[in-house]
Amino acid sequence: MENLVQIALQNVNLAAIMPSLVLVCFGMGLLLINVFLPRGTTRPAVWISLVGIVVTAVVTVQGWGNPQYGFSDAVALDNFATFFNVTFLLAAALTILMSDDYLRREGYAVNEYYPLILFTTAGAMWMASGTDMMTIFLGLEVMSISLYVLAGFFRGQSASNEAGLKYFLLGAFSTGFLLYGMALIYGVTGSTRLTEIGAYLNSHSSLLANPMTLAGLVLLSIGFLFKLGAAPFHMWTPDVYQGAPTPVTAFMSAGPKAAAFAAFLRTLEYCFFGLKPEWSAMLWVLAVLTMTVGNVIAISQTNIKRMLAYSSISHAGYALVGLVAANEIGYSGVLFYMLAYTFMNIGAFAVLILVGKQGEENLTLEGFAGLGYKRPLLGVAMSVFLFALMGLPPTAGFAGKFYIFAGAVKAGYIWLAIIGVLNSAVSLYYYLRVMVYMYFRDPTEDYAWISLPVSVLATIILAVIGCLYLGILPNEVMAMAKTAIF
Amino acid sequence: MSVYHYLTVSAILFALGTYGVLTRRNAIVIFMCIELMLNSVNLTFIALSRHLNSLDGQIFVFFVMTVAAAEAAVGLALMIATFRNRETIDVDQINLLKW
Repeated sequence: MENLVQIALQNVNLAAIMPSLVLVCFGMGLLLINVFLPRGTTRPAVWISLVGIVVTAVVTVQGWGNPQYGFSDAVALDNFATFFNVTFLLAAALTILMSDDYLRREGYAVNEYYPLILFTTAGAMWMASGTDMMTIFLGLEVMSISLYVLAGFFRGQSASNEAGLKYFLLGAFSTGFLLYGMALIYGVTGSTRLTEIGAYLNSHSSLLANPMTLAGLVLLSIGFLFKLGAAPFHMWTPDVYQGAPTPVTAFMSAGPKAAAFAAFLRTLEYCFFGLKPEWSAMLWVLAVLTMTVGNVIAISQTNIKRMLAYSSISHAGYALVGLVAANEIGYSGVLFYMLAYTFMNIGAFAVLILVGKQGEENLTLEGFAGLGYKRPLLGVAMSVFLFALMGLPPTAGFAGKFYIFAGAVKAGYIWLAIIGVLNSAVSLYYYLRVMVYMYFRDPTEDYAWISLPVSVLATIILAVIGCLYLGILPNEVMAMAKTAIF
Repeated sequence: MSVYHYLTVSAILFALGTYGVLTRRNAIVIFMCIELMLNSVNLTFIALSRHLNSLDGQIFVFFVMTVAAAEAAVGLALMIATFRNRETIDVDQINLLKW
């Protein structure tokens, strides 16, 4: 029993969780401050949460090239985590900027929204920096539970209720699989630390073919793939994305998805490098399936929000290609792509928010007829985002896809790259259709209701800058992504 | 009783929970089945923890229980919100969003 009582507490290193600590402090402080704010006053909450994100970003950037490990190696704030943390913070900041006016318009100007975004971001950060299955699980749950609330935030609207409930039931279901996988891996290796698991499996290579290890790997992957929205675990994605409030949808498809990629990538690379051929083969099939299912079903969608949901499934598929490639350029391509996707997707959703009316989302294709003439700047911005989502130069989407497919080709997965490019070609159809409506249809409305609040304008401008910068000068960020992987 | 007995029981519980989630239609019953899955995981962790003579598994169980409690709070709140608007929590009738 002696070895049972030795619990190492000496390795607490708060610097390793400093960014999330700051963010959580701001979130909790905001919850307290909210009590004293009169109902309907949301501006202070917006400002405080934005300040919180900026402060966290400053703290996060300090960690670049200065890795911190803490809590007996349960947390690692390395370059990998820092790169993803910046992505999450960008997603959160852009989301908060575009939320206020939307929430006000829909009559849900409630302050609790902002702390929830901060908590979701903190959970995502723990996922990205978790090097212990416990940390990853806790991060995943902090993130998911906040997101369940956010998805069902419009509690008077049936669609939002339904989105929240569906996300909750399926999310909790997938958590069960993830946990069972973790339990089995713990049983095989006797540890929950990712590095120890990897080292144990490496030194006991007969365990690699053990059914318990393989079952653990598969169950763990199911849990992560569910959060990524990869086919065949994508069923929740369109419903939840369509029903949730639009800024939440934008956030969900950028930040938390990147977090799931971060944790999945780290787990595969740290624990299961010995099983690389096996999981590469598994992910090959799933990547093809995810890209194809997302793109093919998106073609038949008439609701733009739902179309973007299916498109986000296909984008998860593209990023999975980077995991299959499992080499330097593939992995760093995933990091780059998640950052690029944050800009282009949140930008597109910001335009959707502006085009909507009060109580009427106006998400049909007809709702965009002639928008490009009546609102030229909005039309140009939307075109940039759509070009980025299609993956056309000179936008971030092109650079991201280029790196990921280059990684696949370099690793010898030529067919996978070809299927990916063909899929991008399919996606041109439904993205271009929006542009056809914007520029080649006579406007049925004058779009006089569209006001351009400064905050949403800031979101769109930032997103456009991000899309173009990452598209025209990707080298610098890509070099950073390369130093961020293990 | 060896660790295999415990692992078998928890595997059966997990399978029952999964079966329940896939076949039941009442959101609360589905949620109970999910809790059954989580508890079967807890049983696995504790049995393995005893078998491996390591504390990690038991600590993991504490986290799982805490998280399950938080999840229950949020989940039941979402169900109440849904029931207020729709007067049902039958998942077959919660079908506003599809295709």
